[in-house]
Amino acid sequence: MNQTINSATTTEPMISLSGVEKWYGAFKALDNINMSVAKGEKIVLCGPSGSGKSTLIRCINHLEAYQKGDIHVGGIMLGHGSKTIDAVRREVGMVFQQFNLFPHLTVLQNCMLAPMRSLGLDKAQAEDRARTLLERVKISEQAEKYPAQLSGGQQQRVAIARALCMRPKAMLFDEPTSALDPEMVKEVLDTMIALAEEGMTMICVTHEMGFARQVADRVIFMASGAIVEEAPPAEFFSNPKHERTRKFLGEILGRH
Amino acid sequence: MNYTLDFTPVIDGLPNLLWACLGTFTLAICGMLLAIVIGIGGVILRQSPLKPLRWLVIGFVELIRNTPFLVQIFFIYFALPLAGIRLDPTPTAIIALGINGGAYAIEIIRGGVQSISKGQMEAGLALGLHKAQVFRLIILKPALRAIYPSLTSQFILLTLTTSIASAISAYELTSVSQRIESDSFRSFEVYFTVTAFYLVISWVMMRIFALFSSRYFSYPVR
Repeated sequence: MNQTINSATTTEPMISLSGVEKWYGAFKALDNINMSVAKGEKIVLCGPSGSGKSTLIRCINHLEAYQKGDIHVGGIMLGHGSKTIDAVRREVGMVFQQFNLFPHLTVLQNCMLAPMRSLGLDKAQAEDRARTLLERVKISEQAEKYPAQLSGGQQQRVAIARALCMRPKAMLFDEPTSALDPEMVKEVLDTMIALAEEGMTMICVTHEMGFARQVADRVIFMASGAIVEEAPPAEFFSNPKHERTRKFLGEILGRH
Repeated sequence: MNYTLDFTPVIDGLPNLLWACLGTFTLAICGMLLAIVIGIGGVILRQSPLKPLRWLVIGFVELIRNTPFLVQIFFIYFALPLAGIRLDPTPTAIIALGINGGAYAIEIIRGGVQSISKGQMEAGLALGLHKAQVFRLIILKPALRAIYPSLTSQFILLTLTTSIASAISAYELTSVSQRIESDSFRSFEVYFTVTAFYLVISWVMMRIFALFSSRYFSYPVR
């Protein structure tokens, strides 16, 4: 986990949440969440639907507001003012279940927009960066196409490239393969595995347990807005401690 | 029917009528541009976190959409001078058309913005763009595309509404034709011709809208 300790910043976690709580009215969506993610660490978040896992990662880049607790990302304390929120969002990439590519822009333009408008890169720099990253997700030949002309799997890989064009310190994945046809899941997972192998800090909300086994340093299981259990994948799958975890794994892995 | 058609006054007045078509066209285009500015600006204000701004827009839309255009244009032309704002007929007509069309455009464009999935806004924000940037760079174009047919039919209506500007003698087709008609008493010939001219103007407008659409909204959707 901590292979590269070559600067002071690596000793503090890349992402940390302490005592985070969130309500929707009277409903408690997140209940005293404490977690810490080291630089380069890969976390898989799983749990039944409605358990708060998506809400949790959406709090990290403040797409969701939370009422209590602190979140630090890359040394920045995520306040409620727009300055720190913007700073955090520039450091953290996010990939969505529904891809959310911009339909009126080509693949290349999708990747260039934020680096130009948010980071202030000029057109040539942004294009250079976009082409490099499209190459990395193996989709450079589609650069001039529009999202609607791509398959779901291709769109999701573009979405990953688009997020990477911001040179983020960490990536959040919100069920990235849930909206895909089964035959396209692998190409997206392969892209994520490659990214993990390059040392990206990642938090993935996913039900792809094969992916969890292969790349996760830790699997975190959530239920009813709280973290129930966390363990390295080998231990998590072979020896789940809590009843709810066992039940969930039984359902998702089909062994009862 | 022992009425003999005589198009001589119309033919004599043709140069005048053609210039008047250009006047109508100018009123329509300028009114539309103003309506788009008001429409988009209104939608932005309508989403403002400040309640008074939102209410201002809602009040404006309700006021304009529930009063007659003729009264609105009379108000600007006859009532505002008493408050020290004196405008010529043509600017008055453009402003009145822009305000009126803008109120309708606000509601239409707002519908388009609401039809864009929340995920588009979130994706933009997650990339570090500000809300205003997301609106301008990501939401606006697909939103306009979604409501383009309703917006253009509203603008055809705006084009035809220019005829009401004849009530303040703005330089446009209806007022010029009224003059020819009252000089010649050739009502049928004059209004027959004018009807045809309006048809052509509307058709030209629709061609312009279609051309714009094929240029600006050419990206494929699933």
